[in-house]
Amino acid sequence: MKARFLYAVLVVALALSVSACGNKEAAKEETAAPAVASAPIDPATAGSITGTVKLDGPPPKAQRIRMDAEPTCAKTHTTPVMSEEYVVGDKGGLGNVVVYVKDGLGNRTFPTPTDAVVLDQNGCIYKPHVIAVMVNQPVEIMNSDPTTHNVHPVPANNKEWNKSQPPNAEKIVESFAREEIAIPVKCNVHPWMKSYIAVLKHPYFKITGKDGAFEIKNLPPGDYTLVAWHGVLGPSADQKVTIGAKESKAIEFTFKP
Amino acid sequence: MKSPNNSGLHKFAVFTACWTLFLLVAGALVTSNDAGLAVPDWPLSYGSLMPPMVGGIFYEHGHRMVATAAGIFTIILAVWISRRETRAWMRKLGWIALAAVVAQGILGGVTVKFFLPPWVSVAHAALAQAFFCTLVAIAVFTSRWWQSELKVVPYSARPPVRDRAVWAAIAIFTQLLLGAAYRHHAFGILPHLIGAVIVPFFVLSAASNTRDRAFEAAAGLVRCGTMLKHVLYVQLALGGAALWSRMATQNAPQPMPVMIFFTVAHTAVGALTLALAVLLVLVSFRVLGPVRPGEVVATQANMAGLEGGAL
Repeated sequence: MKARFLYAVLVVALALSVSACGNKEAAKEETAAPAVASAPIDPATAGSITGTVKLDGPPPKAQRIRMDAEPTCAKTHTTPVMSEEYVVGDKGGLGNVVVYVKDGLGNRTFPTPTDAVVLDQNGCIYKPHVIAVMVNQPVEIMNSDPTTHNVHPVPANNKEWNKSQPPNAEKIVESFAREEIAIPVKCNVHPWMKSYIAVLKHPYFKITGKDGAFEIKNLPPGDYTLVAWHGVLGPSADQKVTIGAKESKAIEFTFKP
Repeated sequence: MKSPNNSGLHKFAVFTACWTLFLLVAGALVTSNDAGLAVPDWPLSYGSLMPPMVGGIFYEHGHRMVATAAGIFTIILAVWISRRETRAWMRKLGWIALAAVVAQGILGGVTVKFFLPPWVSVAHAALAQAFFCTLVAIAVFTSRWWQSELKVVPYSARPPVRDRAVWAAIAIFTQLLLGAAYRHHAFGILPHLIGAVIVPFFVLSAASNTRDRAFEAAAGLVRCGTMLKHVLYVQLALGGAALWSRMATQNAPQPMPVMIFFTVAHTAVGALTLALAVLLVLVSFRVLGPVRPGEVVATQANMAGLEGGAL
């Protein structure tokens, strides 16, 4: 009986240690191999891609966020707060879409920006709703609210974490080691709070505003595949674009609601 | 069979079982409000014993508080049983309940530390049901009724009410696992829906068996079967309502009260259904006994034979 109990304890300990080792290895892998920048882009030949992301049809009715359960949050708003999943302009432009180069840059590497991209919790809403950063670029998360939040990215390819952030707490500065489009960010204290962080290996991306417009500049001449990604509608179909020296091409992405 | 002066112990066991049902409701509220990770640390909450009880923290920390109380009650119960009970197996059952609540606490911590791995969350939900049933069993075993000299009804395994009751309990437990697996995103809803079609056959079969003429003298058995059948109907209706509310609010930016209400009610009544099935098993073993030589068991089948003049 004692021997069986001992075996059981050993098996549990082994399982825990294997799990712990796995995490350490993953962490090591994530911090290893800093990117080495390849030849800089020649501005004399660089081109650009401009365009618009549109919603083909009326957007779903905006859903009202109910903050009644948290008076501190409710007090920060004088008008009803609506979900930001569909931000649509007058001419059908679709906002909060990440447009990025999916393919065409080859093995070219890019220096990681050291300036942080800010994600604020303000009025119990993530502002902005979607951000995009490069791999290992710092993301600075602030709490401007008089209430406690927890910040919980739920990645598929990166390391998951969950941190509390009381009012007036220090900024949380984190980064993501692998490309992933896009990582949902949740606050489990306030379940309506959702945001997305797109992580890319290169700087060729833009997030559309309400007019759906984007411009990706400083692209070396070449053949590119571009994709637009929306938090609810997912990725668009690929679009192939060829850019010549100093050339600017216009494309359009259309999503159906 | 007898264990003296256990009225207080029985009442406390009933109270602990009821508290555990409350704990199950608190746990279901955490999942339905998507608040499982509202408190990122464990065993403390935001580094303290009492964090600000706002938003999802109210549900998650509230669940931890109710669970802590359940743990304390179970310690008291296990110690009380070990001191008062003369039945060795009962003393063991008390310690098993204590081991289960400790394991449940650790599983709860693992769910927080490892960001709700689906199968750990399912194990947490399954152990919660098993723990609740253990406490229901302890409450039954410490009752005066269980320990009194009951008139045992002769039982010749026909109709097979015991087997059917055991199968009903196993089927319900499996169905609760499938429901938990859906809720914790281990897999989709289809297995749970298939279970909702299959499980009633097991339950209704067991319940209809209790109404056999052979068990007319076993009033407790009949009552258990009837209650189980009616609770099953309520549970099926709640399951339908929970699914409808989930589909109706799937595009909502947050968990909506209608979905939370029906889902939590479905989880709680699911636990009650399992507890009743376990009760039916226990009662069937308590009130039915072996047929003595020369005794005739009055099953519906042989009564029909008698009425038809077969003899």
